[in-house]
Formats: sequence, structure tokens, C-alpha cells
Amino acid sequence: MDYFLTEQQMMIRETARQVARERIVPVRAELDEREEFPWEVIKACAAADLFAIWVPEAYGGLGGGILDLCLCVEELSRACAGVAVSYAASALGTIPIVLFGTEAQKAKYLPDVASGRRLGAFALTEAGAGSDAGGVQTTARLDGDHYVLNGTKQWITNGGDAEIYTVVAITDRNRGARGASTFIVEKGTPGFTFGKKEIKMGIRSSSTRELVFTDCRVPKENLLGKEGQGFIVAMKTLDKSRPGIGAQALGIAQGAFDEAAIYSRQRVQFGHPISSFQAVQHMLANMAIKIEASRSLIYSVARYIDSGAKDYSKESAMAKVFPSDMAMEVTTDAVQILGGYGYMRDYPVEKMMRDAKITQIYEGTNQVIRNVIGLAIIKDFAKRAQV
Amino acid sequence: MKIIVCIKQVPDTVHVRINEKTGAMEREGVPAVVNPYDLYALEEALRLREAHGGTVAALTMGPPQAEAVLRDAIALGVDEGYHLSGREFAGGDTLATSYALAKGVEKIGEYHLVLCGKQAIDGDTAQVGPELAEHLGLPFLGFVRRVRESGAGRIVVERMTEDGADVVESTLPAVISVVKEINTPRLPSLKGKMRARSFKATTWNAEALGADEARLGFAGSPTKVVKIFHPEARRGGEMLTGEPAEVAARLAEKLRSLGVCR
Repeated sequence: MDYFLTEQQMMIRETARQVARERIVPVRAELDEREEFPWEVIKACAAADLFAIWVPEAYGGLGGGILDLCLCVEELSRACAGVAVSYAASALGTIPIVLFGTEAQKAKYLPDVASGRRLGAFALTEAGAGSDAGGVQTTARLDGDHYVLNGTKQWITNGGDAEIYTVVAITDRNRGARGASTFIVEKGTPGFTFGKKEIKMGIRSSSTRELVFTDCRVPKENLLGKEGQGFIVAMKTLDKSRPGIGAQALGIAQGAFDEAAIYSRQRVQFGHPISSFQAVQHMLANMAIKIEASRSLIYSVARYIDSGAKDYSKESAMAKVFPSDMAMEVTTDAVQILGGYGYMRDYPVEKMMRDAKITQIYEGTNQVIRNVIGLAIIKDFAKRAQV
Repeated sequence: MKIIVCIKQVPDTVHVRINEKTGAMEREGVPAVVNPYDLYALEEALRLREAHGGTVAALTMGPPQAEAVLRDAIALGVDEGYHLSGREFAGGDTLATSYALAKGVEKIGEYHLVLCGKQAIDGDTAQVGPELAEHLGLPFLGFVRRVRESGAGRIVVERMTEDGADVVESTLPAVISVVKEINTPRLPSLKGKMRARSFKATTWNAEALGADEARLGFAGSPTKVVKIFHPEARRGGEMLTGEPAEVAARLAEKLRSLGVCR
């Protein structure tokens, strides 16, 4: 399929594909096995300017849009979703600065983000605040020229390895959803420590840790947006980043499909390659259909966002839910086509199946995201009823 | 430090086909790439620039489409690209090629170091580097696997040998050829590719170089290709198995019977 990409977009895809093929594929099994943060690969991504994609040109970036970012995430995920999420989490953690940062904040942080010298991370989730983001307990109290942060963030991707964190904390509990604010917190700030690295089912090379704030004093100028805008910052960021999770799922599925298609032509049973059997052909056909449908949806939504659309929560949610459910199905089928070999760690598809699962869970479970879509539909129809 | 890297466009060996009748390599429709050994030379030049500052220029000789390797070099971070192109360069052997490259290096002018890959994967002669040094009247350090020190008019390198390595010091300017053990070449970057998109090489023909045309191309090449052929595939040898002493005895007997030894 030709998606009529721009020259820059094709260049991004080609560059990310080369990094994936030459630097990620050879090490992915080992990274997964050892649960090791992929620093070498991250450096290769940085050298190839992949971290510059979402940063405005004025700060050393390429000024690319969501589609540009999705193309890169898709290619990296096709090789290894663990690496890709470490990359994408840096985007998630720093897009708030791009969207809401002051001139001074952008000038201070974005050049290092674009060069890949420092990674970003986004910290919203807590033990009691998952799908219910309103349950955030971490507090930020203004004290002179500083905010004092107390509380614990949970399951933060790039936690411990990133240097720049955007952290959502409650500044005024009485104001409900308008009582949260977002802060830029740098690694090394006194009172900011990390919990142990979590052991996960998939995306095992990525790091997931607790962020612990104990009377952590953050300079007042690190407030992102206005006080009380915390959830707006978070929701606007997630609306932008959700197609990226879709792209991750898409890449994982494409990678698994490629393995299954190649294997089906090599594996001989009953005297014929299994690709000659209709049962297998129909599986491959269904996988290909679902992958292409997801790609079309993700690219269309990303283009819609890049066109300057105002409200795209529903579309962006769709571009996360559909591809992530699809990736779970396609990777499961890929393991099925490889049969016993697929179940073994010697082949990459079992890892892809483990990796795919998280895309249905993080950045909003597919259930809570269906709520977002459902609510938007009801709003649309309520408006129509008034006319 | 001003560095010149000589690079060559070669057919991508992954896709090479041999014409069964003529025995010659079919270049038509085969993707072309930067000679892999030259990528190590480019990488080392870029690392020396990162360490000492300065500029890196890439120099190539070849038909118009060879400009693509200069664009690849720009995408890797090279500053300038020079292209020696014209019918008069066609059909050159290593002597004519190294003469042309030497004229190109002189025309670029100021430089401290010339880097080459140890050999090209199509011709496999490993002669152009040393010949280039001869034409320029410069010291040549071949098969370099590590640059230990450089700067202030001198360089210390490790030359790979069959038994290990020599540590050699030389004055600058000098010509160096590198082996693949020296580094891991970087991949092209997005910003580099964007620069490469608008890049135009400085192109020189023989006249612009002030080169003696009789020493260029086919006319300037004492080497004549007599025949190109497929080497015959090696047949599997005879395997002797058993106890070492017994195998040795049988081997000696076999060699005697073949008249190889007495």
C-alpha cells in the first residue's frame, strides 16, 4: 500500500528501519532475556536523530508531527517493542514541554531531548490511580520559590534511566480535577529516588520503576502550564500520544506476521510447505487484513491530528484500541503458525506475543478507552438531538 | 585536522550476478553501495574530527551515478564531497586510478591525513592506497586497526599483521588504509540525509585537475585483463578418521603414494 508519505516521512521510515535491522534485531533476544535497558540501541537511535522527530526545529529538532513519530515507532516496534517503548516514553514525557512549556523551559530541556542526550518519562499512574487518574495522591505544596512534592508514582516507563520527568501532582485537593498540576522534575533532585525495577511479562528490556518523592523541592519555574492544569496537560498529551501506542502495536503485529509468512513457506509437512494449505493461507490473509486496516486507521488519525484538528480524543482513542487488540490476535496467530517452534524462545514470535499484551493495557486500558469513545459518541448524538 | 577520505562505489555483493557466458560481473540493475571498507575509513575520519575538530572531505572517482556515494558520505556527517568524473577516467587500473586520486587530493589542497579502506570488494587489489601515497610522496600506513595518537604533525597507529600488530609512528600528512577491526561504522542520520538531499558535489574532469590524460583511464593502465573466469568449486577432500598415530601414518603413506613427499 502506498500511503503517500512525504519525502521526510519516507526518510524517517527508512532510517528507523535501518537502525532496527542493524542495531536492534541482533540483540533483541538477549535484551529480553537479561531485562537490560537498551542503552547501546538508544545511543544508535540518538545518533540517527530519531529523538529529534517530535521536537520543534527551533530547539534542534525536526519539527515532525504525530505521523512522523508513528512511522518511527512502528519500525522500531517491528524489531523490538521493548526498545520502542523506551524511545516512545521519551516522547510521551517531553511532548508536554513541547505543548505547554514556557520559552525558557523549552530552551532548557528540548535541545537535550532532540539530541537524545537525556531521556524523558511521563509520571501519572499511582498504586491507587490507574484508569481512575483522578485518584492521584502525590501532592505538591507551594513553599516560597519551590513546590514540595510528596508521594509515589508507579510503573513509570524509563523510570530511573530518564533524566527529565513530567510529574502530575495534586496542588489543591479541594478543587477536584482542577486541583492537579504538572511539574518538570530532573533526576538528581534531592528527595527524588527510585524503587526497584519491575520484572515484566513483556517489553522486558524497558525499565519500569517507582518514582518516590520525599519532601522533594522543585523550583517554581518547573511548573508546566498553569497551576490546576495538570489533568488538561495529561489528557492533551495522551490524546496526542495514543496513536503512538497504536503504531507500536502495529509494528509488533507486522514483525510477527513477517516471521509467520516466512516460516510458512519453509516449513514442510505432508510433503508441502504449510503455506500451501488453505487453513494457513486464511490465517495469513486475516492477519494481513487486520494489519493493513490498523495502519490505515493510525495514519489517518495521525494526519488528522497533524492537520491542526482541535478535538480528536475519540479518533485518537480508536487508533489505540483497534491496533492493540489486533496485535494480540495477530501475534497469537503467528505463534500458532509456527506451532511448537513458535512457543520456543529460539524464535522471536513468543516474545512478540508477550510484548503485544501491554499495548492493550498501558496509556489507558482498552476498556477505559472505550469509555472515552463511548462518551464522545453520546456527546455527538446529544448535540444532534438539540438541533 | 583536515582529512580526505577516498571512497569507491561498488556493486552490492548481496545482489551480484555473474554472466555465465563471459564470466564477467553484471553491473546493470545491481544496487551500488559505498565499498564496505571505505565506511570504516569514513567512520575513523569522523571520529578524528570529533576528537580534534576540523573537516572531513570525501573523494571519489567514477561515472556520474557514483555521486551517490558522496551523498551517502554526507548523510554520515562528512562536510564536503569531490567527484572525479569524465570519460577520460574510464577503464583505469589501480595505477591510473591512484594517479587521478592523487591529483584530486592535490587539487583539494590543504590536508593532514588521507584515509582509504584497505581494499575495494570488487577489485580486491589493495593497491590504490599505497600507490596513492607514492604519487603524493607521502608515508603510507597500511591495514591500520587502531589510531593510538594523532595531531601536531604526527600520528601513531597499530598496523595489523598476520602475527599481531606493529605500532608505527609517522609524520603528517600521511596516507592510511584501514581494516574492519578499527571501528563500527555509524548509521546515517536524519539530519545528515536531509543535508545530502540538497548536496551538490564539486565535480572535476581531467582538465580541471591538470592531469596528464595519457596517465588516466584505459590509456594510462599497464594492467590488461586477459580473462575473467569462475574459479572451479573446490571438491571435498578425503577425510581420514581414527586414532591420531594411525591417521598420521595413513596420511604419510597417502602423500608418498601421490609423490608429494618421499
